[in-house]
Amino acid sequence: MRIIKLKKDNLSPFLEIISVEADLWAPVQKGDKHVFKVVDDFSKVELNTTRTILPPRKIFLPPTFSMFNISEKGYKEDLSHIKKRILFGIHPCDIHGLLILDNLFKQAYLDPYYLEARKNTLILGLSCWPDEYCFAKSTNTHIIEEGFDLFFTDLKDFFLVWIGSSQGDDLIRLKPELFDENLTDKDIQTYINWHTERDKAYKWSINFTVLPDLIELKYMDPLWEKLGNSCLACGSCTNVCPTCNCYNIMDKQFLGGKDGKMIRHWDACTLEEYSEVAGGENFRKKRSDRLKLWYTHKLQAYISKYGKPSCVGCGRCIATCPVDINVRTVGKALLGEEEDAFWVRLNMEVTK
Amino acid sequence: MNGENKHLTHDNPFLPEPARIVRTYYLTEDVKFFQVRIVDMEKAHSFNYRPGQFAMISVVGAGEAPFSISSTPSRPGLLEFCIRKAGAVTNALFRMKENDLIGFRGPYGNGVPVEKMKDKDIIIVVGGLGAAPLRSVLLYSLDNRDQFRRISLLHGAKKPAEMIFREEFFALKQREDLECHLVVDEDDTGTWTENIGVVTTLFSLLKEIDPVNTYALVCGPPIMYKFVIKELVKLNIPKDQILMTLERRMKCGVGKCGHCAIDYIYTCLDGPVFTYWDVIHMRELI
Ligand SMILES: Cc1cc2nc3c(=O)[nH]c(=O)nc-3n(C[C@H](O)[C@H](O)[C@H](O)COP(=O)(O)OP(=O)(O)OC[C@H]3O[C@@H](n4cnc5c(N)ncnc54)[C@H](O)[C@@H]3O)c2cc1C
Ligand code: SF4
Ligand code: SF4
Ligand code: FES
Repeated sequence: MRIIKLKKDNLSPFLEIISVEADLWAPVQKGDKHVFKVVDDFSKVELNTTRTILPPRKIFLPPTFSMFNISEKGYKEDLSHIKKRILFGIHPCDIHGLLILDNLFKQAYLDPYYLEARKNTLILGLSCWPDEYCFAKSTNTHIIEEGFDLFFTDLKDFFLVWIGSSQGDDLIRLKPELFDENLTDKDIQTYINWHTERDKAYKWSINFTVLPDLIELKYMDPLWEKLGNSCLACGSCTNVCPTCNCYNIMDKQFLGGKDGKMIRHWDACTLEEYSEVAGGENFRKKRSDRLKLWYTHKLQAYISKYGKPSCVGCGRCIATCPVDINVRTVGKALLGEEEDAFWVRLNMEVTK
Repeated sequence: MNGENKHLTHDNPFLPEPARIVRTYYLTEDVKFFQVRIVDMEKAHSFNYRPGQFAMISVVGAGEAPFSISSTPSRPGLLEFCIRKAGAVTNALFRMKENDLIGFRGPYGNGVPVEKMKDKDIIIVVGGLGAAPLRSVLLYSLDNRDQFRRISLLHGAKKPAEMIFREEFFALKQREDLECHLVVDEDDTGTWTENIGVVTTLFSLLKEIDPVNTYALVCGPPIMYKFVIKELVKLNIPKDQILMTLERRMKCGVGKCGHCAIDYIYTCLDGPVFTYWDVIHMRELI
C-alpha cells in the first residue's frame, strides 16, 4: 500500500477541498465528550479524541429512518437519507466495527440501506491513543489493514497517509501539492517509535481466546443472575456498541391520509419485549438471560462463525453502562478475576 | 447459513410484493384461512418454495409479521395461510376482505428437507396452530405419494371446534395410504367420534415403526415439544431425523434485525426447522 506524508497544517485545506462534493463527518466536541457530526468549520475537527458517544454506525444506519414511502400505489423504496459522505477521524477499532457489520448485512441477503450508505461514504481513518478504557490490542483491532480509503497516522508534526483505495487516491489528486511523496529515514523512525509507544500505552488487556469456552462452561453460573439483578435494561450498551445491529420496524401513517412510511429504528436485545412472541411467550424474560444473549453474541457466537469476537475493544460499554456491566467486568467475572468489591458495588448502587 | 433462498426479483429484499386475498374464512373462532395470489402473474406462477418455509405479510399502517406457508408447492399459483388473531398485524388482516391487497415477501427460512425424506416413513405430529406449517408437508407428501413410504398424521387440539382444518383431515381419514389419528383434550360437544386425551396418547395407535427409516416432524405450542420428543426418542427415531419448526420473534426474515438470534444461528435463515440434535446443542431453542 502506498504511504505518503501530509504536513499538519495542510490537513484543514485538504478537508476543505474534499468536502466540496460531500458532507464531511468528523469528531467534534460535545460537552466533555465527542460526537461525529457534519462539519463545515474545519478548525472544530478534533484530532485527539478517544471514542465518540455513539459509534459511526449512526451515520450508516441512523437511529430511525424511513425504508419505504407507502401510498395507495404501494411501497416505494426510500433512500433519501443516504447522501455522498466522507467520514474523517474514524479510529481502527471503529473501522473494524464496520467490517463486522458488513458481514452481518451481507449474510444471505444484501441490506440495501446499509450497503448503499457504505458505498456512498468514503472512510478516512485516523490513528488514536488509548485511554484507560480502550483494549483494542486485546481484540487485535488497534491496527487496520483494510476497510479505508485513506488512513492518517498522527505523528505530531505530520501525518503518514496510507492510500487504501483508488477513490482515496482520487481525493489526494484533488490537490497533490499538499502531500509529500518522499519519506525520510527520520520519518520512518518516528513512525516506528510511535508504534512501539502506542502498543505500550494500552492500560489493560483481557484474554479473549479463552472466553468462548468460559461462556459455555459458566452458562449456568450464578454470576449471570447477579449481573441480571443489577442491569437496568436501559439498552445503552447496545446503542453505543459499534457492532450491535438489531433493529425494529413499524409503520407510521400520516395524519388523516392513507400515506405513510415504514420506519426502521434501533432496538436492543437487553430490552424486555425484544424476544416476546404472540401469546405473551417470552424466551428471555429474565434480564440475566438477555445479558447472556448479548455477551454470548459478542464473545462466543460471532467467533464460531467468523473466527473473531464481535467486540472491537472500543471501551464504549465501559464508559457508558450506569451500573458497570461491560465487556471488562463480565470478561473478568468469567475469568474469576473480578474483585469482591465489584460484586458488592454492583448489587448496591449506581456507579456513574 | 442458508444462502440459496433469493427474494423475488427485487434488489430490495424488504420490499413487499402486492398480493390479493382470493379467499378468506374462519377455521376456528380465532384462526382465519387466507388464500392469496401474487398480483404479478409471472411472479405468481414462477414463485417456488419448500414446505415449512414462511413469508412476511404486511398490511399498510399495521406492519409486517411472519407466517408459515400452509399450501404446498405442488399446487402452484395460490398461497395459503392460517392466521391466529394476536395483535396489530393479525387484527388488521382479520378485517380484510376478499379482493383486498396485502404485502408479501419470501419465501424465507430453510424449510423441511423433503429430498432427504424420500423413500422414508413420515410421522407428522401437530398441536393446535402447528398445523399451519405441517399441512404444507402433509399435502406435499400426499401429492408426491410414490416418493414416500408410510405417512402418518397425529393431530391434537384442545376442543373439536379448535381443530384447524378439521373437515380436511376428516376427509383424509378415508385415504388408505395415510394413517390419520385425531385427538382432542376434551369434547365439549358430545359428538366427537375420535380420540380424547393429549396428542402423545396417539403414539400407542401407531403400527410398528421402522425407526431408522423414519422422519418425524413436530409443530405445536412450546410445551408440546418436550412430551412428544420423549415419545419419539423412545421409539428410537434418530435425533437428527426428528424435525421441529420453532417460533421466534422475527422482524425482518432475512438475517438482519437480530430478533430471532439464538447463539450463533438466526432462526429466520438457519431455521425455523431444526432437528432435535440441533436443539440439544443450542441451549435456548426450546
Ligand atoms: C416462522 C414463523 C411462522 C409463523 N407462522 C404463523 C402462522 O402460520 N400462523 C399464525 O397465526 N402465526 C404464525 N406465527 C406467529 C405470528 O408471526 C405472530 O402471531 C404475529 O407476528 C403477531 O403479529 P401482530 O402484529 O398481530 O401482533 P403484535 O401486535 O405485534 O403483538 C402481539 C403479540 O405477538 C408478538 N409478536 C410480535 N411480533 C412477532 C413476531 N414477528 N413473531 C412472533 N411473535 C410476535 C408480540 O410480542 C405480542 O405478544 C409465526 C411466527 C414465526 C416466527
Ligand atoms: S448492561 Fe448496563 S447499559 Fe446495558 S442494559 Fe444493562 S444497565 Fe443498561
Ligand atoms: S462490547 Fe463494548 S468494548 Fe466491545 S465493541 Fe461493543 S461497546 Fe466496544
Ligand atoms: S428475523 Fe430478523 S434476523 Fe431473523
